[in-house]
Amino acid sequence: MGVLGMNARNVNYIARYNDRDKYPIVDDKLNTKRAARRYGIPSPELIAAFETQASRRRVMELIEPLWQFVVKPARGSGGKGILVIVGRDGDNYLKPSGAVVTADDILRHISNTHSGLYSLGGKPDRVMIEALVDFDPVFDNYSFEGVPDIRVIVFRGFPVMAMLRCSTHASDGKANLHQGAVGVGIDLATGKSSHAVQRGLRVHRHPDTEMPFDKLQVPGWRDLVRLAASCYEMTGLGYLGCDIVLDRKRGPLLLEANARPGLAIQVANGVGLGGRLRHIESLDLEQLEKNVEERVTYSMHQFAASNTP
Amino acid sequence: MSPRAQVYILAALLALMGAGLTIYKNRALGFPLLPGEYRTVWTIEAKVRFIGEGGPVKAALTLPREQRNMEVLNESFSSSGYGFNVIRDNDEYRAVWARRSASGPQSLFYQLDVHQTPGAPLEQPLDLSTKVKKPFLGAREQEAVRMAINSLVDTARERSSDTRSFTTQLLTALGDTRNQDRNLIFGYYKDRSLVDVALTVLAVADIPAHRIRGLYLEDDRRRLDPEDLLEVYDGERWVVFEPRSGSPGVPKNFFIWQRGGKSLLDVEGGRNSQVTFSVISNDVPARDVSMMSTSKEKEALVDFSIYSLPIEQQSIFKLILLVPVGALVVVLLRVFVGLRTSGTFMPVLLAIAFIETRLITGLSIFILILVLGLWVRFYLSRLNLLLVARIAAVVVTVVILMGAISVVSFKLGIEQALTVTFFPMIILAWTIERMSIVWEEDGPYEVVVQAGGSLLVAVLAWWVMTNRYVEHWTFNFPELLLVLLGFILIVGNYTGYRLGELMRFRQLVR
Repeated sequence: MGVLGMNARNVNYIARYNDRDKYPIVDDKLNTKRAARRYGIPSPELIAAFETQASRRRVMELIEPLWQFVVKPARGSGGKGILVIVGRDGDNYLKPSGAVVTADDILRHISNTHSGLYSLGGKPDRVMIEALVDFDPVFDNYSFEGVPDIRVIVFRGFPVMAMLRCSTHASDGKANLHQGAVGVGIDLATGKSSHAVQRGLRVHRHPDTEMPFDKLQVPGWRDLVRLAASCYEMTGLGYLGCDIVLDRKRGPLLLEANARPGLAIQVANGVGLGGRLRHIESLDLEQLEKNVEERVTYSMHQFAASNTP
Repeated sequence: MSPRAQVYILAALLALMGAGLTIYKNRALGFPLLPGEYRTVWTIEAKVRFIGEGGPVKAALTLPREQRNMEVLNESFSSSGYGFNVIRDNDEYRAVWARRSASGPQSLFYQLDVHQTPGAPLEQPLDLSTKVKKPFLGAREQEAVRMAINSLVDTARERSSDTRSFTTQLLTALGDTRNQDRNLIFGYYKDRSLVDVALTVLAVADIPAHRIRGLYLEDDRRRLDPEDLLEVYDGERWVVFEPRSGSPGVPKNFFIWQRGGKSLLDVEGGRNSQVTFSVISNDVPARDVSMMSTSKEKEALVDFSIYSLPIEQQSIFKLILLVPVGALVVVLLRVFVGLRTSGTFMPVLLAIAFIETRLITGLSIFILILVLGLWVRFYLSRLNLLLVARIAAVVVTVVILMGAISVVSFKLGIEQALTVTFFPMIILAWTIERMSIVWEEDGPYEVVVQAGGSLLVAVLAWWVMTNRYVEHWTFNFPELLLVLLGFILIVGNYTGYRLGELMRFRQLVR
């Protein structure tokens, strides 16, 4: 049985393959962004970053002309502290749900973030303001309010499993599976949906939009997988989760990387990670030294849904 | 070596060390493995009384010899107005009280606590003289008595094979009131005791012998006179006989005071001197007995341990030593069950607070403070405060709440709620802050899950930590922490599934 448990993940994969000194690259999204630029990995455009508690005037100056942006804590975890603004209503700002946010609310959010409210261990944090991604409309029918992102697990440079996280009405527009979002397993070979799960139960259609998942096909799939695989060189982490979104014009963008990716991906795919990880571990050194393109080809063949018992 | 192998080796070493020290403390130092073990400690008091004649007075009392199966835990002397010292005199210790002038009745006290341990009572060999001083049975002695004694010796010798059986035979004869010889002897030696007569007869038979003075340890005995036993040299070793039964061996419960024949008490400058004994038994916790007996020998394991701290610090340590046990509970529940808690070790701190407050009081106070705190926190979140200031505000609120709870409950007569002060305030404030964030981000359901998880872990930890066995072991055998550490190391290597994951992944298994 190849299902990976939390304890096995922590001891056998995270502790063994992820060096502690490389964590800052993924734990701090500003670092991730800089590293991504160095390695030529596309990511959402950074508008501004506040290293220290910013003055009201400076923040106002910056967000005044903007219509759409995202405020993120650099060291937030689990999607906490992300404030998405999709439009304006006079002086006020609009969230994707339509809720109105005042400039003061945004200032407070930034101040809280600086104080470390959303960071691990409550350490003082940095705030980044990113451009809102112009999402590819292919997923519009598979998502309610929020925007789906694709999580790819990369082990020693080989993509081993992928899933699409679709927000639902139940999940309040958030892409967290335990809050009721739908996890859609994506076949590594084709980019097509292979399995979908909401709250641990198998589903075939999106609960809000009624769209059947078996028609779902991620465009430019190979590019996306290649991007995920190249994160291995960028971070140096052996066991890695990459969160990727699709931009209408720019294609796949790296949203963030995670050194402790969760295990829900197994449920979404209906397949355990254990067998695939052990397969990679059994490869010899020569195969491990392949370049990105070769690794992607190998993974797409080896871990195809048709190939998995 | 792989880290995994290192962990197992380290854990095994730690466990061995911890278990070894524990066994040593139990076996060699007598620390009880189970709580509630009591040992009997006998308090023996010797009271010396005499009437002072007005001049200088000196009283010397022979002190008890070392006895293998009796451990002296404590001794004390009391005598107001007397100079006191202990002198060593020919293999014996004597307590000497002295005073320039004393008149009228005088009382001197010597008290000691002894604890009976298993083992042979007397050590061999004893370097007492084996010379026999033939009693002078001359003209003054009646011919009949001498004949009777010789007849007793001859009969006993006939019916015995060695010194031991001879002594038994002799003592039986001396105890038999139908025996004509015996009656004749006792008729002559009217004021002599059985042991005195037996010593005389043994001397005639050319067997080295002396008396042993001591006491039978029986509860609540007062004004006891010392009892005598007979010790006989059989050519190789000294054998003790109980004179009345004639059986060899020191009787159980017999505390040997003096071995060999000198006087028990010497008083100069006084008359009517006598020494009486009283015996009381106390049931003392076994641990205290071990502590008393080891403190004398300066056992390093005990001397360099928390027992050498003042009592107040010891009681703090009693609580601190329970923390690892609480941590173990958290580890087990998180690694094997997968419970979600708010703050990893926050439940342990809660459990410690529960120990002080009692469970029900603690739970209700905690929930009350949490609910009130969350309510205040929701209002504060609308005031656009900086995070640190806001948490500080929550801390102040928590303190005010604690004060209010104490005062109100005291006025209402619920004194238990006064223990509210045992709750760690800062932790409470942070818990409230985190919970309110969880509420905002993940909804009230998640708050209930996390708070419930924390409380469940806290209650389980409290339950384990207040177990009397756990309390006893952590405080009396702190070295068991090494075993616990080894166990935690091994648990840290567990890569199997958590209980919660069996639910979570049940679809995948099929």
